Amino acid sequence: MRAAVIGMGESRSSPVIPDMSYKELMFEAAEKAYSEAGISPREVDGFICSSEDFLEGTSIFDEYVPDQLGAVLKPVYTISADGLYGVIMACLQVKTGADLVVVEAHSKFSEIVYPEEVLKLALDPHYIRPLGGNPHYIASLEATRFMFEFGVLEEDLAEVVSKNKRNALKNPRASFGANVSPEEILEREYFIEPLRKDDISEPVDVAYVAVIASERKVRELGVEDPVWIKGFGYFSETPNLDSRDWGYSLYCRKCAEMAFKMSKMGIDEIDFMEICDRYSYKELQHLLEIGITMDEIRDGVTHPWGDLPVNVSGGLLGFGDPIEASGIHSLAEAYRQIKGKSGKYQLEGVENALVQNWRGIPTGSGSLLILGR
Amino acid sequence: MRRVAIIGAGMTKFMRRAKETPKELTFLATRMALDQAGIEISDIEAVTLGTAPDSFDGVHMNGEYLIDGAGGTNKPYTRVFVGGGTGVFSVIHGWKLVSSGAFDSVLVVCEEKMSSCYPHPQAAFYTIFDNILERPLGPNLVWIFALEMHRYMKKHGIKKEQIALVSVKNKRNALDHPAAGWGAKITVEDVLNSEVLAWPVQLLDISPPSDGAVALVLASEEMAKRLTDDPVWIDGIGYCLDTAYWTNRDLYYPKYVEYAARMAYRMAGIRNPPKEIDVAEPYDPFDYKELHHMEGLLLCKKGEAPKLVEEGVTERDGDLPVTPSGGLLGVGNPIAAAGLMKVAEIFFQLRGEAGKRQVKNDPVTGVAQAWGDLMQIGTVVVLRR
Repeated sequence: MRAAVIGMGESRSSPVIPDMSYKELMFEAAEKAYSEAGISPREVDGFICSSEDFLEGTSIFDEYVPDQLGAVLKPVYTISADGLYGVIMACLQVKTGADLVVVEAHSKFSEIVYPEEVLKLALDPHYIRPLGGNPHYIASLEATRFMFEFGVLEEDLAEVVSKNKRNALKNPRASFGANVSPEEILEREYFIEPLRKDDISEPVDVAYVAVIASERKVRELGVEDPVWIKGFGYFSETPNLDSRDWGYSLYCRKCAEMAFKMSKMGIDEIDFMEICDRYSYKELQHLLEIGITMDEIRDGVTHPWGDLPVNVSGGLLGFGDPIEASGIHSLAEAYRQIKGKSGKYQLEGVENALVQNWRGIPTGSGSLLILGR
Repeated sequence: MRRVAIIGAGMTKFMRRAKETPKELTFLATRMALDQAGIEISDIEAVTLGTAPDSFDGVHMNGEYLIDGAGGTNKPYTRVFVGGGTGVFSVIHGWKLVSSGAFDSVLVVCEEKMSSCYPHPQAAFYTIFDNILERPLGPNLVWIFALEMHRYMKKHGIKKEQIALVSVKNKRNALDHPAAGWGAKITVEDVLNSEVLAWPVQLLDISPPSDGAVALVLASEEMAKRLTDDPVWIDGIGYCLDTAYWTNRDLYYPKYVEYAARMAYRMAGIRNPPKEIDVAEPYDPFDYKELHHMEGLLLCKKGEAPKLVEEGVTERDGDLPVTPSGGLLGVGNPIAAAGLMKVAEIFFQLRGEAGKRQVKNDPVTGVAQAWGDLMQIGTVVVLRR
């Protein structure tokens, strides 16, 4: 049984949304998603929410999700991972016979007073946490190794930042668009060498709700332009920083292998990509694992005018990073492109997209989705 | 939809202040489950882990931290949770992974190490409450379950003496469980004379916080038949979450458990649960909860569960053995692992591997259930041999 995205709701997004609670953001997104799909939450077979307790400041956070989604007395569960994992689990649920599954993910990062202290709690309590320091150092070490391994220069990173921030200027929902050249970025000082502040995406508040339907339901509802999920993958590397291969992102390669095999498609059939660029080097690292070469990237294939545009929406560097909703954010952007509703940054004649996500430091876990008409 | 079987189970001893780290606990349970199934970790295609709040271990993204202990390194790995219902839900999630056709062999692991939350895990439970409406009142779990127990007793005219029988039964059953930490021969008087924590809840009405891990190996029909002569099939799954506003509900009856049970029974083709179910493991973190959940699972009419316990129907040699393992009250309550322990017990019972705990009615169909969040979620699986 094939699965399709038939509704995608998105709340407003901003680095700080002081006047709305997470419940109100979720409600806004849910309302939009249900009305686009033309369904009532009462007909939904299952709900999947994505959250991590420490980011919410509430233990067992799944307690607080049903009411604003219309999911009271319904099958609901929480997955401690990105919203894109939730979408993958929804596809599996469709394959077990469900007709409608709703996936929710959100970020209310602005309410976290000491985000880096929370991130430190994700480090191994015995071996890594006592070393102290700002946890971004893990990304800087990884970036250094990656750049050494593949001969990537700081100019390449600056090019990614400049491209994504310029792309974001055309996206009305993006918070961090800027007309900034690679040269200007390179003049700025390091945050943690080789990364500058510009190389690190900034958090935003936002909520997303996606409605996933079975082929049967798509026909029953008479949806004209569903976006089919053609392949997916998710994968976790070791949690131990000391035993990981720092230059590579194995999770991304394995996810891509799984998804391409499932979809029976090749990279040449993909028209554009939304790649996780939580840090600028990550966009390059992920692209190399998917099969794009550094030479192609330097030739400009990933620019909006190139053969394989990457992050035309601005990516996480330009839009902002909605943490556990970052993958589902990328999915929302790809969904809009395929539907031809991306306004000023709409690409011509796009059919298939690849959406990829990484769970952030210190993890080696990621997910990937191939979708299309 | 494909059929899914359980082909192996393993569990650590449930205890207070285990010396093992959370990773080591998950490793021990995983190793045992793989050994019983007769396979190696390389034969496992995906892993799903369950652990309740991160605040016990004090580790953010606890699921990621536990990957290697649970055997999830370099595999598709997920962590799902629904509070206290996580143990049974992890099996439901594992069922989805196999039943959908995505994977042929899935390892389901649940771990909880509550004793590292110092001085007492109850402090972590404070953070499960609504941060605006409830936390200023300084609530804890015993406090809200006292409300629920009171309401249940009042509605049906149930006496404390009747409820205490559950604690007596389960702690006695646990004496035969090699992994149990709290097996004991106690009397109704012992329960009634134990310290009052929040009336009507007394010390011996409650399951103790514990450390432990449990693992199950799930396999597709084809793989299960190749590996074992007596697979135990997951024939029904159900889960249901009620509103977060628990104060607006009548607490005398767990409607969400009933909905979850109906979902699982429908799938398993069960029309008359008391007749068709041979052994049950309802969630018993408190003694009254076992009764509450027997009613939610439709094993008896509302308010009639205490009578079944009094008549001995729920003993191991009764017509409907309930919690033959000793349950959370006797074996221990490492939240997520406790729920999975219940599924493991039904697995052992249906295979006839429960040793001294084996029920006498030659069971074919069993049901395991867990419950969690703010008295809010029911998770149910129906197993058949």
